[in-house]
Amino acid sequence: MLGYLIRRIFSALFAILIVITVTFIFMHAIPGGPFQSEKAIPPAIKANIEARYKLDQPLHIQYVDYLSHVVRGDLGPSFKYRGQTVNGIIAERFPVSMQLGLMTFAIAIIAGVGAGIIAALYQGRIPDYVTMFFSTIGISVPSFILGTLLMYFLAFKWGLLPAAMWGTPQHVIMPAMALAGLPTAFIARLTRSSMLDVLNQDYMRTALAKGLPRWRIIWVHAVKNAIIPVITYSGPLLAAILTGSFIVENIFAIPGLGKHFVTSIYNRDYTVILGLTIFYSILLIGLNMFVDFAYTLVDPRIKLTGGKE
Amino acid sequence: MGPLLTVNDLHVEFKTYAGIVEAVRGVSFELQTGEVMAIVGESGCGKSVTAQSILRIIPEPPGKITGGSILFDDEEILSISERKMRSIRGKKISMIFQDPMTSLNPVLSVQTQLTETLCRHTGMNKHEATRRALELLDLVGIPAPETRLRQYPHELSGGLRQRVMIAMALSCDPRLLIADEPTTALDVTIQAQILELIKEIKDRLQMSLILITHDLGVVAGLADRVMVMYAGQVFEMGTVDEILKKPLHPYTWGLLRSLPRLDMTKGQKLIPIWGQPPDLLQRFTGCSFLPRCDYAMNICVREIPEAFGLHRVRCWLEHPQAPQIERKTGGTLK
Ligand SMILES: Nc1ncnc2c1ncn2[C@@H]1O[C@H](COP(=O)(O)OP(=O)(O)OP(=O)(O)O)[C@@H](O)[C@H]1O
Ligand SMILES: [Mg+2]
Repeated sequence: MLGYLIRRIFSALFAILIVITVTFIFMHAIPGGPFQSEKAIPPAIKANIEARYKLDQPLHIQYVDYLSHVVRGDLGPSFKYRGQTVNGIIAERFPVSMQLGLMTFAIAIIAGVGAGIIAALYQGRIPDYVTMFFSTIGISVPSFILGTLLMYFLAFKWGLLPAAMWGTPQHVIMPAMALAGLPTAFIARLTRSSMLDVLNQDYMRTALAKGLPRWRIIWVHAVKNAIIPVITYSGPLLAAILTGSFIVENIFAIPGLGKHFVTSIYNRDYTVILGLTIFYSILLIGLNMFVDFAYTLVDPRIKLTGGKE
Repeated sequence: MGPLLTVNDLHVEFKTYAGIVEAVRGVSFELQTGEVMAIVGESGCGKSVTAQSILRIIPEPPGKITGGSILFDDEEILSISERKMRSIRGKKISMIFQDPMTSLNPVLSVQTQLTETLCRHTGMNKHEATRRALELLDLVGIPAPETRLRQYPHELSGGLRQRVMIAMALSCDPRLLIADEPTTALDVTIQAQILELIKEIKDRLQMSLILITHDLGVVAGLADRVMVMYAGQVFEMGTVDEILKKPLHPYTWGLLRSLPRLDMTKGQKLIPIWGQPPDLLQRFTGCSFLPRCDYAMNICVREIPEAFGLHRVRCWLEHPQAPQIERKTGGTLK
């Protein structure tokens, strides 16, 4: 178990190194730089600034220099926003994205699993058709359209929720719903099909023959089995929600990390691009590791040994 | 005292895309306390459906018990509430299934699966139930029960899993145990052990047993009576000796020639009954065995045979006016 953990951490570090290298190369391959703008800067000043951020040095020197800072946990200063560090930007903006992400995740899991179970239990009857109808819509409507529709009805027409911005708990609800549309629909379908499969298994007949009450047959004997594919999906899902919320953050003018990531690419804000990429990679790898552990809690057949048994 | 179980004219149907499958067509039998009845018959003849009807665990839909009566302990199983039925399942009547590899829940520990039945039916708390579970594992001959209790089904061999299933079925001292091919999925040596266990427990606990099997050796060794089924009907019914030594129905003759027995001598061949079992979507106007019967007569085409005599043999050959013929059972059983 410990050996497995150490191996996992090493391979994670290796993966992150590759991510840094590739991002570094691509970033410098795009034309332009952080200090280019429409307004021509006198070449002397530009050279001066570039020297301050060591941009005048050869790439491999910059690369090594950057790595040595990253190892110490320092992602460097922002090139665009004077006086801000990348660490500072993450610390300030990630909590916003995380709140939004966790809310979205909670909605997707609770509503998706719930709807999937109900659809499976009422297979071929009205609750099933209703659930599948909405899940088809949820899968096909993109988050920005859902977000705009929600904004129109919930905010402008009925005035139930604030239209945009951030700050109070009410501000989280609408963007979270917009983001949760697709994963909820997907999880509902996943849960439904997995639940239908489980309901036909021999051990369900055994549970029935034992005289167990219906709630126990469904919630203990069936759901614990049916939930396994949802757990597999939930790791990448959480990562995708946390990293991919920039469109919704833009629509709702939420000061989150996703929005800033996109801006930083336009700005060629080298350190921010690199820093956020590293941060997201660690998040992704960490979540996947967490899912692997969560598995062992639900499915006793899975043992974390990492190799052949 | 009357019989423990009386099944009368049971009918079970399944709605399928192709039409209505009449899986059980008027099955009737009685079972006394402490008695062992074997059900034999070709695959698909309705053995499992009959057994599952007694516990009312036919998947519904597509299945439905459309008629008849099942009296258990003077109570009409088919008309009591689902709630009442749940208090009978696993307590008064319990069931062991064919495949122990798939019949236990893979994500629940042996302990959970054993104690949940006990807690549900006996009002024991978790602690008492665990103690009882240990006794049960010991009763069914599982070594190191403390370790096994904490394990999950995938950590046990097929034989051990079937023992756990048996322990589970016995946990509330049922009056009737239904074993649906309890050894079919196991290797031969394990089969013998499990059968020995069932036999021993049945004698010790004084319960009735319905045993579905394809193995005539098991029938000979365990059963008091045998019910022979074909196409959802009872074709013949009698004591073990009568059915194995003096079977009356041509289908039973064929069945005896086609099924393996533990006491078979080497080189003795199994002769399958030629042809296919009928499609249960159809209604019959004559005998359902007609197309495969070597002794078919004119009347067999026109009319469904009644159940003749004490053994309820569904065959026109048993009619007083039928011609006398020689039986071809292919060797006798000891
Ligand atoms: N869920 C179902 N849907 C449709 N038909 C079914 C269903 N279950 C059983 N049947 C039908 O009922 C008939 C009897 O099935 P049953 O399982 O009782 O056979 P069996 O005698 O137990 O056979 P085996 O020896 O193979 O276990 C079969 O012909 C099958 O077509
Ligand atoms: Mg069967």
